Amino acid sequence: MQTRDVVFIALFAAIIAALAVFPPITLPVIAVPITAQSLGVMLAGGILGAKRGGLAVLLLLVLVAIGLPLLSGGRGGFGVFLGPTAGYLAGWVVAAFLIGYLTERNWTRLNYVLAFLFCVVGGVVALYAIGVPWSAYVAKVSLAAAFTGSMPFVPGDIVKALIAAAVIMIVKRSYPIIGARA
Amino acid sequence: MLTDLYVTGDSPVHRTRPVIKIAALIVLCTSLFAFEGRESLLISAVIVTAGFALAGLKARHAWQSLRPALWILIAIFAVQVYLADLALAAFVVSRFAVLILAAALVTLTTTTSQFVDGIGAALKHAPAWVPKARIALAISLCIRFIPLIRNTFGEVRQAQRARGLERNFLALLVPLVVRTLKSADEISQAIYARSFD
Repeated sequence: MQTRDVVFIALFAAIIAALAVFPPITLPVIAVPITAQSLGVMLAGGILGAKRGGLAVLLLLVLVAIGLPLLSGGRGGFGVFLGPTAGYLAGWVVAAFLIGYLTERNWTRLNYVLAFLFCVVGGVVALYAIGVPWSAYVAKVSLAAAFTGSMPFVPGDIVKALIAAAVIMIVKRSYPIIGARA
Repeated sequence: MLTDLYVTGDSPVHRTRPVIKIAALIVLCTSLFAFEGRESLLISAVIVTAGFALAGLKARHAWQSLRPALWILIAIFAVQVYLADLALAAFVVSRFAVLILAAALVTLTTTTSQFVDGIGAALKHAPAWVPKARIALAISLCIRFIPLIRNTFGEVRQAQRARGLERNFLALLVPLVVRTLKSADEISQAIYARSFD
Protein backbone atom coordinates (compact mmCIF):
# COMPACT_ATOMS: atom_id res chain seq x y z
CA MET A 1 0.00 0.00 0.00
CA GLN A 2 1.62 3.19 -1.21
CA THR A 3 0.87 6.81 -0.39
CA ARG A 4 -0.96 7.12 -3.71
CA ASP A 5 -3.32 4.33 -2.66
CA VAL A 6 -3.96 6.07 0.66
CA VAL A 7 -4.89 9.27 -1.18
CA PHE A 8 -7.26 7.37 -3.51
CA ILE A 9 -8.92 5.74 -0.48
CA ALA A 10 -9.32 9.06 1.33
CA LEU A 11 -10.66 10.94 -1.69
CA PHE A 12 -13.06 8.19 -2.71
CA ALA A 13 -14.44 8.09 0.83
CA ALA A 14 -14.94 11.83 0.39
CA ILE A 15 -16.80 11.22 -2.92
CA ILE A 16 -19.19 8.79 -1.25
CA ALA A 17 -19.73 11.37 1.50
CA ALA A 18 -20.37 14.08 -1.08
CA LEU A 19 -22.94 11.86 -2.83
CA ALA A 20 -25.09 12.12 0.30
CA VAL A 21 -26.16 15.57 -0.93
CA PHE A 22 -27.05 14.23 -4.39
CA PRO A 23 -30.72 15.04 -4.92
CA PRO A 24 -32.72 11.83 -4.44
CA ILE A 25 -34.41 10.87 -7.69
CA THR A 26 -37.79 9.19 -7.56
CA LEU A 27 -38.40 6.92 -10.51
CA PRO A 28 -41.91 7.05 -11.94
CA VAL A 29 -42.57 3.29 -11.80
CA ILE A 30 -41.36 2.54 -8.27
CA ALA A 31 -42.12 4.96 -5.48
CA VAL A 32 -38.92 4.48 -3.47
CA PRO A 33 -36.48 7.39 -3.94
CA ILE A 34 -32.99 6.53 -5.14
CA THR A 35 -30.14 8.01 -3.17
CA ALA A 36 -26.73 8.06 -4.73
CA GLN A 37 -24.70 6.96 -1.75
CA SER A 38 -24.83 3.21 -2.32
CA LEU A 39 -24.04 3.96 -5.96
CA GLY A 40 -20.80 5.47 -4.62
CA VAL A 41 -20.09 2.16 -2.85
CA MET A 42 -20.40 0.26 -6.16
CA LEU A 43 -18.13 2.82 -7.83
CA ALA A 44 -15.52 2.50 -5.05
CA GLY A 45 -15.13 -1.21 -5.79
CA GLY A 46 -15.39 -0.97 -9.56
CA ILE A 47 -12.97 1.94 -9.90
CA LEU A 48 -10.43 1.45 -7.09
CA GLY A 49 -10.48 -2.35 -6.86
CA ALA A 50 -11.04 -4.70 -3.93
CA LYS A 51 -8.61 -3.52 -1.26
CA ARG A 52 -8.73 0.21 -1.88
CA GLY A 53 -12.49 0.21 -2.52
CA GLY A 54 -13.28 -1.72 0.65
CA LEU A 55 -10.97 0.49 2.71
CA ALA A 56 -12.53 3.66 1.25
CA VAL A 57 -15.97 2.53 2.44
CA LEU A 58 -14.51 1.49 5.81
CA LEU A 59 -12.89 4.92 6.19
CA LEU A 60 -16.21 6.61 5.48
CA LEU A 61 -17.88 4.48 8.15
CA VAL A 62 -15.14 5.39 10.67
CA LEU A 63 -15.80 9.09 10.01
CA VAL A 64 -19.54 8.51 10.39
CA ALA A 65 -18.92 6.69 13.68
CA ILE A 66 -16.94 9.59 15.11
CA GLY A 67 -19.84 11.94 14.62
CA LEU A 68 -19.70 13.41 11.12
CA PRO A 69 -23.18 13.48 9.53
CA LEU A 70 -22.01 12.04 6.20
CA LEU A 71 -24.75 9.54 5.40
CA SER A 72 -27.66 10.60 3.20
CA GLY A 73 -30.22 12.65 5.06
CA GLY A 74 -27.48 14.01 7.33
CA ARG A 75 -27.31 10.84 9.41
CA GLY A 76 -24.18 10.15 11.40
CA GLY A 77 -22.78 9.27 14.77
CA PHE A 78 -22.57 5.97 16.60
CA GLY A 79 -26.33 5.50 16.55
CA VAL A 80 -26.52 4.47 12.91
CA PHE A 81 -24.49 1.34 13.74
CA LEU A 82 -27.02 0.34 16.38
CA GLY A 83 -30.15 0.98 14.31
CA PRO A 84 -32.14 -1.67 12.43
CA THR A 85 -30.39 -1.07 9.10
CA ALA A 86 -26.80 -1.19 10.37
CA GLY A 87 -26.23 -4.48 8.54
CA TYR A 88 -26.40 -2.68 5.23
CA LEU A 89 -23.58 -0.36 6.33
CA ALA A 90 -21.42 -3.35 7.25
CA GLY A 91 -22.50 -4.91 3.96
CA TRP A 92 -21.24 -1.87 2.04
CA VAL A 93 -17.63 -2.78 2.92
CA VAL A 94 -18.15 -6.34 1.70
CA ALA A 95 -19.99 -5.10 -1.40
CA ALA A 96 -17.20 -2.70 -2.40
CA PHE A 97 -14.56 -5.38 -1.78
CA LEU A 98 -16.43 -8.04 -3.74
CA ILE A 99 -17.19 -5.75 -6.70
CA GLY A 100 -13.55 -4.67 -6.68
CA TYR A 101 -12.30 -8.26 -6.55
CA LEU A 102 -14.49 -9.37 -9.46
CA THR A 103 -13.59 -6.28 -11.48
CA GLU A 104 -9.85 -6.75 -10.90
CA ARG A 105 -10.05 -10.43 -11.88
CA ASN A 106 -11.78 -9.61 -15.16
CA TRP A 107 -10.16 -6.23 -15.84
CA THR A 108 -8.91 -6.86 -19.38
CA ARG A 109 -12.16 -8.38 -20.62
CA LEU A 110 -14.43 -6.08 -18.63
CA ASN A 111 -17.48 -4.84 -20.53
CA TYR A 112 -20.71 -3.15 -19.58
CA VAL A 113 -22.64 -6.37 -19.01
CA LEU A 114 -19.92 -7.86 -16.78
CA ALA A 115 -19.57 -4.62 -14.80
CA PHE A 116 -23.34 -4.57 -14.29
CA LEU A 117 -23.34 -8.20 -13.15
CA PHE A 118 -20.52 -7.56 -10.67
CA CYS A 119 -22.38 -4.54 -9.26
CA VAL A 120 -25.47 -6.68 -8.79
CA VAL A 121 -23.54 -9.55 -7.18
CA GLY A 122 -21.77 -7.25 -4.72
CA GLY A 123 -24.13 -4.32 -4.36
CA VAL A 124 -27.40 -6.25 -4.28
CA VAL A 125 -26.90 -9.99 -3.58
CA ALA A 126 -24.05 -9.74 -1.04
CA LEU A 127 -25.41 -6.54 0.48
CA TYR A 128 -28.86 -7.97 1.16
CA ALA A 129 -27.35 -11.28 2.31
CA ILE A 130 -25.80 -9.32 5.17
CA GLY A 131 -28.42 -6.61 5.70
CA VAL A 132 -31.54 -8.77 5.77
CA PRO A 133 -30.48 -11.32 8.45
CA TRP A 134 -29.08 -8.44 10.53
CA SER A 135 -32.39 -6.55 10.52
CA ALA A 136 -34.25 -9.78 11.17
CA TYR A 137 -32.12 -10.45 14.23
CA VAL A 138 -32.13 -6.98 15.83
CA ALA A 139 -35.77 -6.22 14.99
CA LYS A 140 -36.91 -9.70 16.09
CA VAL A 141 -38.80 -10.46 12.90
CA SER A 142 -38.59 -13.57 10.76
CA LEU A 143 -36.11 -13.73 7.87
CA ALA A 144 -39.01 -13.87 5.44
CA ALA A 145 -40.59 -10.70 6.84
CA ALA A 146 -37.28 -8.82 6.78
CA PHE A 147 -36.74 -10.03 3.21
CA THR A 148 -40.18 -8.86 2.11
CA GLY A 149 -39.65 -5.52 3.82
CA SER A 150 -36.43 -4.89 1.91
CA MET A 151 -37.84 -5.90 -1.49
CA PRO A 152 -39.09 -2.40 -2.45
CA PHE A 153 -35.47 -1.20 -2.48
CA VAL A 154 -34.22 -3.84 -4.91
CA PRO A 155 -35.42 -2.20 -8.16
CA GLY A 156 -33.68 1.03 -7.14
CA ASP A 157 -30.48 -0.86 -6.43
CA ILE A 158 -30.68 -2.54 -9.85
CA VAL A 159 -30.99 0.90 -11.46
CA LYS A 160 -27.96 2.02 -9.44
CA ALA A 161 -26.02 -0.99 -10.70
CA LEU A 162 -26.94 -0.02 -14.29
CA ILE A 163 -25.66 3.53 -13.70
CA ALA A 164 -22.58 2.40 -11.74
CA ALA A 165 -21.58 -0.02 -14.51
CA ALA A 166 -21.75 2.78 -17.09
CA VAL A 167 -19.60 5.06 -14.92
CA ILE A 168 -17.12 2.23 -14.24
CA MET A 169 -16.74 1.57 -17.99
CA ILE A 170 -16.28 5.26 -18.86
CA VAL A 171 -13.71 5.77 -16.09
CA LYS A 172 -11.94 2.57 -17.19
CA ARG A 173 -11.47 4.10 -20.63
CA SER A 174 -10.64 7.65 -19.54
CA TYR A 175 -8.81 7.37 -16.21
CA PRO A 176 -8.08 3.74 -15.29
CA ILE A 177 -6.82 3.11 -11.76
CA ILE A 178 -6.96 -0.68 -11.44
CA GLY A 179 -4.98 -1.69 -14.52
CA ALA A 180 -2.43 1.10 -14.47
CA ARG A 181 0.42 0.43 -12.08
CA ALA A 182 2.32 3.60 -11.27
CA MET B 1 -17.77 23.77 5.99
CA LEU B 2 -17.90 20.35 7.55
CA THR B 3 -19.96 20.40 10.73
CA ASP B 4 -20.12 17.57 13.22
CA LEU B 5 -23.00 16.77 15.53
CA TYR B 6 -21.24 18.08 18.67
CA VAL B 7 -23.27 20.19 21.11
CA THR B 8 -21.05 22.58 23.05
CA GLY B 9 -20.96 22.06 26.78
CA ASP B 10 -18.74 21.60 29.82
CA SER B 11 -20.46 18.82 31.76
CA PRO B 12 -18.81 15.75 33.31
CA VAL B 13 -20.10 13.83 30.24
CA HIS B 14 -18.35 16.25 27.90
CA ARG B 15 -15.11 16.02 29.87
CA THR B 16 -14.95 12.21 30.00
CA ARG B 17 -12.34 10.78 27.66
CA PRO B 18 -13.81 9.46 24.36
CA VAL B 19 -12.29 6.00 24.97
CA ILE B 20 -14.21 5.67 28.24
CA LYS B 21 -17.46 6.89 26.65
CA ILE B 22 -17.15 4.37 23.82
CA ALA B 23 -16.30 1.57 26.25
CA ALA B 24 -19.39 2.46 28.32
CA LEU B 25 -21.51 2.50 25.17
CA ILE B 26 -20.25 -0.95 24.14
CA VAL B 27 -20.97 -2.35 27.62
CA LEU B 28 -24.49 -0.88 27.58
CA CYS B 29 -25.31 -2.20 24.09
CA THR B 30 -23.92 -5.65 24.81
CA SER B 31 -25.83 -5.96 28.07
CA LEU B 32 -29.05 -4.88 26.35
CA PHE B 33 -28.76 -7.93 24.09
CA ALA B 34 -27.06 -10.29 26.57
CA PHE B 35 -29.54 -9.73 29.42
CA GLU B 36 -32.59 -9.37 27.23
CA GLY B 37 -35.63 -8.26 29.19
CA ARG B 38 -37.68 -5.37 30.49
CA GLU B 39 -35.40 -4.84 33.53
CA SER B 40 -32.20 -4.28 31.57
CA LEU B 41 -34.05 -2.03 29.12
CA LEU B 42 -35.50 0.04 31.95
CA ILE B 43 -32.13 0.38 33.71
CA SER B 44 -30.45 1.41 30.44
CA ALA B 45 -33.21 3.93 29.72
CA VAL B 46 -32.70 5.47 33.17
CA ILE B 47 -28.90 5.61 32.64
CA VAL B 48 -29.27 7.23 29.21
CA THR B 49 -31.84 9.76 30.48
CA ALA B 50 -29.56 10.62 33.40
CA GLY B 51 -26.68 11.04 30.95
CA PHE B 52 -28.72 13.42 28.79
CA ALA B 53 -29.71 15.46 31.85
CA LEU B 54 -26.14 15.50 33.18
CA ALA B 55 -24.79 16.64 29.81
CA GLY B 56 -27.35 19.46 29.71
CA LEU B 57 -28.88 18.16 26.46
CA LYS B 58 -32.46 19.06 25.63
CA ALA B 59 -35.34 16.87 24.47
CA ARG B 60 -34.82 18.56 21.09
CA HIS B 61 -31.40 16.85 20.74
CA ALA B 62 -32.89 13.46 21.58
CA TRP B 63 -35.62 14.00 19.00
CA GLN B 64 -33.10 15.06 16.34
CA SER B 65 -31.12 11.84 16.89
CA LEU B 66 -34.20 9.65 16.69
CA ARG B 67 -35.87 11.36 13.73
CA PRO B 68 -33.78 9.78 10.92
CA ALA B 69 -34.73 6.29 12.17
CA LEU B 70 -38.35 7.18 12.85
CA TRP B 71 -40.01 5.72 9.75
CA ILE B 72 -38.15 2.46 9.99
CA LEU B 73 -39.02 2.18 13.69
CA ILE B 74 -42.69 2.80 12.90
CA ALA B 75 -42.53 0.11 10.20
CA ILE B 76 -40.92 -2.37 12.60
CA PHE B 77 -43.53 -1.54 15.24
CA ALA B 78 -46.33 -2.21 12.76
CA VAL B 79 -44.78 -5.51 11.61
CA GLN B 80 -44.29 -6.67 15.21
CA VAL B 81 -47.86 -5.82 16.20
CA TYR B 82 -49.05 -7.73 13.16
CA LEU B 83 -46.78 -10.78 13.61
CA ALA B 84 -46.50 -10.93 17.41
CA ASP B 85 -48.14 -8.69 19.96
CA LEU B 86 -48.06 -5.14 21.27
CA ALA B 87 -45.67 -5.96 24.13
CA LEU B 88 -42.94 -7.34 21.87
CA ALA B 89 -43.42 -4.46 19.42
CA ALA B 90 -43.02 -1.92 22.20
CA PHE B 91 -39.99 -3.75 23.58
CA VAL B 92 -38.13 -3.99 20.25
CA VAL B 93 -38.81 -0.38 19.29
CA SER B 94 -37.90 1.04 22.70
CA ARG B 95 -34.72 -0.99 22.70
CA PHE B 96 -33.77 0.65 19.40
CA ALA B 97 -34.62 4.06 20.83
CA VAL B 98 -32.43 3.46 23.89
CA LEU B 99 -29.55 2.17 21.73
CA ILE B 100 -29.75 5.12 19.35
CA LEU B 101 -30.01 7.66 22.18
CA ALA B 102 -27.11 6.10 24.08
CA ALA B 103 -24.97 6.39 20.96
CA ALA B 104 -26.22 9.93 20.38
CA LEU B 105 -25.13 10.85 23.90
CA VAL B 106 -21.55 9.88 22.99
CA THR B 107 -21.71 11.60 19.59
CA LEU B 108 -23.27 14.83 20.86
CA THR B 109 -20.75 15.31 23.67
CA THR B 110 -17.54 14.52 21.80
CA THR B 111 -15.92 16.62 19.08
CA THR B 112 -14.58 14.96 15.94
CA SER B 113 -11.08 16.18 16.78
CA GLN B 114 -11.31 14.50 20.21
CA PHE B 115 -12.19 11.25 18.43
CA VAL B 116 -9.35 11.69 15.95
CA ASP B 117 -6.92 12.32 18.82
CA GLY B 118 -8.36 9.24 20.52
CA ILE B 119 -7.73 7.15 17.42
CA GLY B 120 -4.19 8.55 17.27
CA ALA B 121 -3.59 7.65 20.91
CA ALA B 122 -4.98 4.15 20.38
CA LEU B 123 -2.76 3.69 17.32
CA LYS B 124 0.35 4.46 19.43
CA HIS B 125 -0.22 1.19 21.27
CA ALA B 126 -0.99 -0.73 18.07
CA PRO B 127 1.45 -3.44 16.96
CA ALA B 128 4.17 -2.58 14.44
CA TRP B 129 2.42 -4.11 11.41
CA VAL B 130 -0.38 -1.53 11.64
CA PRO B 131 0.40 1.30 9.19
CA LYS B 132 -0.23 4.04 11.74
CA ALA B 133 1.03 7.00 9.71
CA ARG B 134 -1.06 5.95 6.69
CA ILE B 135 -4.24 5.54 8.74
CA ALA B 136 -3.75 8.98 10.26
CA LEU B 137 -3.06 10.43 6.78
CA ALA B 138 -6.19 8.82 5.32
CA ILE B 139 -8.45 10.16 8.10
CA SER B 140 -7.12 13.71 7.99
CA LEU B 141 -7.07 13.82 4.16
CA CYS B 142 -10.67 12.66 3.99
CA ILE B 143 -11.91 15.18 6.55
CA ARG B 144 -10.01 17.91 4.73
CA PHE B 145 -11.28 16.98 1.27
CA ILE B 146 -14.98 16.34 1.88
CA PRO B 147 -15.84 20.10 1.70
CA LEU B 148 -13.64 20.45 -1.39
CA ILE B 149 -15.28 17.54 -3.20
CA ARG B 150 -18.70 18.89 -2.27
CA ASN B 151 -17.59 22.11 -3.98
CA THR B 152 -16.43 20.19 -7.05
CA PHE B 153 -19.77 18.42 -7.11
CA GLY B 154 -21.60 21.76 -6.89
CA GLU B 155 -19.57 23.06 -9.83
CA VAL B 156 -20.29 19.98 -11.92
CA ARG B 157 -23.98 20.27 -11.13
CA GLN B 158 -24.11 23.91 -12.18
CA ALA B 159 -22.19 23.21 -15.35
CA GLN B 160 -24.53 20.36 -16.28
CA ARG B 161 -27.60 22.41 -15.36
CA ALA B 162 -26.47 24.96 -17.94
CA ARG B 163 -26.56 22.08 -20.46
CA GLY B 164 -29.91 20.85 -19.18
CA LEU B 165 -28.29 17.65 -17.86
CA GLU B 166 -28.77 18.15 -14.13
CA ARG B 167 -30.97 15.03 -13.88
CA ASN B 168 -28.50 12.88 -15.81
CA PHE B 169 -26.57 10.63 -13.42
CA LEU B 170 -23.77 9.91 -15.87
CA ALA B 171 -23.19 13.56 -16.72
CA LEU B 172 -22.89 14.33 -13.01
CA LEU B 173 -20.91 11.32 -11.77
CA VAL B 174 -18.26 10.89 -14.45
CA PRO B 175 -16.81 14.44 -14.20
CA LEU B 176 -16.95 14.27 -10.40
CA VAL B 177 -15.09 10.95 -10.27
CA VAL B 178 -12.50 11.79 -12.94
CA ARG B 179 -11.76 15.23 -11.46
CA THR B 180 -11.36 13.69 -8.01
CA LEU B 181 -9.07 10.92 -9.28
CA LYS B 182 -6.95 13.53 -11.03
CA SER B 183 -6.62 15.64 -7.91
CA ALA B 184 -5.80 12.47 -5.95
CA ASP B 185 -2.84 11.93 -8.28
CA GLU B 186 -1.73 15.54 -7.84
CA ILE B 187 -2.06 15.32 -4.06
CA SER B 188 -0.04 12.12 -3.89
CA GLN B 189 2.70 13.73 -6.00
CA ALA B 190 2.72 16.69 -3.61
CA ILE B 191 3.00 14.28 -0.67
CA TYR B 192 5.88 12.41 -2.35
CA ALA B 193 7.59 15.73 -3.06
CA ARG B 194 7.50 16.46 0.67
CA SER B 195 9.11 13.07 1.45
CA PHE B 196 6.22 11.68 3.51
CA ASP B 197 7.56 8.11 3.10
